[in-house]
Amino acid sequence: MAFVQNVPFLCIMVSMVSAVISSMVPARIARWWTVFLSALVAALNVWLLTFLLQTNESYTYMMGHFPAPWGNELRVGILEALMTIVFSITILASALGGMDKQQSQISRPKQNLFSVMLDLILAGMISMLYTNDLFTGYVFIEIMTLASCVLIMARQNGRTMVSATRYMIMSLLGSGLITIAITITYSLTGHLLMENIHESMAALHASGEYEVPITVVVGLFFVGIGIKSALFPFHTWLADAYSYSTPSASSILSSVVSKTYIFLLIKILYRTIGFEIIQENRVLQIMFVFGIVAMMAGSIDAIGSNDLRRMCAFSSVAQIGYIYAGMGLKLEAGFVAALYHMLVHSLAKSSMFIAASALSDVSGDSKRFSDLRGAGYRHKMAGVCFSVSAMSIVGIPPLGGFISKLYFGQAAFAYGGAHQWIMLLALAVSSLLNVLYFMRTVITLYRPPRSDFQLPEHRPSRRADIAMCMMTAANLLAGFLAQPIVDLISRGLAMFV
Amino acid sequence: MENFWQVMNQHLDEIVAVILFGVGFTTLLLHRNLIKKILGLNIMDTAVYLFLASLGYVEGRTAPILTDGITSAEKYINPVPSGLVLTGIVVSVSVSALMLALTIRLYRRYHTLDFDQITLMMKGEDD
Amino acid sequence: MTNRNDPPKNRFVGWLMGEENPLDDELELIVSTSQQEGRDVLSLEEAERQEEAEELRREKLAIDEKSQSVRIHSWAKHQGAHWLETLYRIAAVVLCGAIIFFLMTTVVALPPFGAENNPYNNEVSQRYIEQGIPETGAVNFVAGMILDYRAFDTFGESTVLFVASCGVIFLLKLNDHSSGKPSRAMLEAEYDDRHHEPKNDGILQFAAKLLTPVILLFGFYIVLNGHLSPGGGFSGGAVMGAGLILYLTAFGFEDTRRFFTYKMTRWISCLPLLCYAGMKSYSFFTGANHIPGGVPLGTPGAILSSGFILPLNICVGFIVMCTMYTFYALFRKGGM
Repeated sequence: MAFVQNVPFLCIMVSMVSAVISSMVPARIARWWTVFLSALVAALNVWLLTFLLQTNESYTYMMGHFPAPWGNELRVGILEALMTIVFSITILASALGGMDKQQSQISRPKQNLFSVMLDLILAGMISMLYTNDLFTGYVFIEIMTLASCVLIMARQNGRTMVSATRYMIMSLLGSGLITIAITITYSLTGHLLMENIHESMAALHASGEYEVPITVVVGLFFVGIGIKSALFPFHTWLADAYSYSTPSASSILSSVVSKTYIFLLIKILYRTIGFEIIQENRVLQIMFVFGIVAMMAGSIDAIGSNDLRRMCAFSSVAQIGYIYAGMGLKLEAGFVAALYHMLVHSLAKSSMFIAASALSDVSGDSKRFSDLRGAGYRHKMAGVCFSVSAMSIVGIPPLGGFISKLYFGQAAFAYGGAHQWIMLLALAVSSLLNVLYFMRTVITLYRPPRSDFQLPEHRPSRRADIAMCMMTAANLLAGFLAQPIVDLISRGLAMFV
Repeated sequence: MENFWQVMNQHLDEIVAVILFGVGFTTLLLHRNLIKKILGLNIMDTAVYLFLASLGYVEGRTAPILTDGITSAEKYINPVPSGLVLTGIVVSVSVSALMLALTIRLYRRYHTLDFDQITLMMKGEDD
Repeated sequence: MTNRNDPPKNRFVGWLMGEENPLDDELELIVSTSQQEGRDVLSLEEAERQEEAEELRREKLAIDEKSQSVRIHSWAKHQGAHWLETLYRIAAVVLCGAIIFFLMTTVVALPPFGAENNPYNNEVSQRYIEQGIPETGAVNFVAGMILDYRAFDTFGESTVLFVASCGVIFLLKLNDHSSGKPSRAMLEAEYDDRHHEPKNDGILQFAAKLLTPVILLFGFYIVLNGHLSPGGGFSGGAVMGAGLILYLTAFGFEDTRRFFTYKMTRWISCLPLLCYAGMKSYSFFTGANHIPGGVPLGTPGAILSSGFILPLNICVGFIVMCTMYTFYALFRKGGM
């Protein structure tokens, strides 16, 4: 066994241990350690990815001395490594970009606890991406939920408290549904490991037994994870949580946490229940409908909001709708498009949230559009980064968002029938709505400010600039290298099962 | 009818668990008092653990701790659900603690436990 | 409200240019167009006059808006709330009914309760029981399963406790502003504590004196015998935590602070977690790389046996104890 194969285990353990140590050290060290740690995780996973590309097969990693159905296990493939790289870079940028804000918005003795939570989100993200065990997935879902609740209310005011409470209530409902789903799965198959469940499920499916329970299990997993990843009707906690919490928190929540849950759902559908069973299941139709509705409703809510970060939050709802709709097409192409969209959106949204906070800094700490006029001149870098990310989400050709929409369209064509037209129509309308609200924002940013406007005192944050530039560059790269990345994703998906 | 009672008998534990889950869920949705919401959550969690624990039971076997030196799977119940329930309980303890702490903070700020009123008051604040 | 007669096209343009939202008809705030154009050619007085007018207009708008919102809120309070409330309640009951119905149909279709040949009584649980003693050395099969076979889950579980205690600290800990002087909130909390909690209650103190050592000892016994009998780190830790809480209730913070400060609690909960991580990393690493672990398992049934399970139980016990104590102290006073 080559040493590089230990990378996932090392990453998980190192980030857990650093979370514990960070709670005991001064805040400054803890902050920089988080940045360094996420860079380290990204670098190690690049190494792992090159190794995987050479061998071109996935492997399982025993957590302990006992093989598959008895002990815990990780499973490592191209897709997981790729996701880990992108998400850890996103965490790096969010931690770096929000660092100055963190210092001013969180009370001093508690700042290192914030870094603890970031480390734990990193650990939870890696474990959820790599785990091959349903119950481990559940445990890390809970860690992630608690940590993100703390992230939301880290900047302590009324709004964040209330939205953290709402978030907790919603996501505990989700956890309850997920636990029941795991219990039913266990009682049907007698396993907790994904591959063994898949074998038993295939046998059950072939014999036609337990058809109702299997459908209900898929439904419960979908609803549970849908609640946690803020799918449309369950997104009520999201707007305040994203728009009033500290920028690192909103950036990480929107671009890493929700996407990790969705990746786990893909894993459950694709690897645990099995693609054959999924394709015959009606639950995915519901998923498609929910996705389409979310695409519309999120965009409409975004148009209706007068607040920059709230608009970004609602745009996240719409983008999550894209991902679910793509998955609901029940085709491999749909899953590829959804995964690519996850990557692109996570890059764009994180830079967008950091830029939004920089822009409101130069506008007297206000997020309202009427105060943001001319902010693009006052903070040129943030204006450019915001516009590029917005264009990427809207789908302007060379950028990533365009390519993902293209893939969604192709998947819809491959599916045919009524779905094809619904999906294409939804894509068109939703893109139009995206154009509307993002164009309005960009125009606002580049209009001359009001006559009575005075430049407020503010401290420019060099770190936020670096983070924004990094994410924007990554976004451009994801657009230009779209073909290789999509190839990687389809190769990863092929070795996923 | 006989068939119905037979099915009920076979699944008594699970049915009770599902009803409890429903009670918890309804409490969570219908009560506006935050403490009662947390109680509802706990009832829901407990229902899931009842469901999980009842999976492990096998008629006529004992707890999975070595007795009389017999190491045959015929003698003991399934240890897996017990372990899972243990994990679940720890998670629910942590979650309840965090929720209660949030409730305390909200109470200190708004002097009420009614979540709807808290939301209304929060909207009145400009922030 | 001044622009009610504007053509809709202007509204759209205004909205596009980043003015306030036209969608909520009643509350819109549209700056008049004359002020937008030709700003550069205005004379000084004119500009001043306009500004004044603008200010007046804004004030009026603000008042309007306020009265609007009061109206909406009062409507929501008196009439809307009633309807919405009823609707919400009906929807909630229907939703719960649907969930119960679905789960019921599922549950009834599941394998029967307590039967021997159910799918989950398979080779997995069989190996946990039949090979448990030679492979882990633990007589308590559940302890062997959660701390050796499926140790990664349990590590995550201890981390959940750690996260929760950090979260509660984040929310409830009152800070002394490093100058050594307690802040106002702390003094208030201290007063509250003194006011509401029993102080120098003779019966309680006598009972606590008698019971605390026994409870602590019993808790530690449960922890140490986790691999031999029912119990283990989690339950034993909870018992020990209860003992500490009893002592705290009887004697107050001054007494416990002599041996249990905040820093100390943090160290006691973090160090065991690190030890846990170290031990498990060792066994994960050796296991995955197929290196023999080399941890002696001892004679099954003896107190010093079953490899890492005993030290792991002790670690977990300390973590749980400290977490319980932290929860109680923070909930009571916001500090220790």
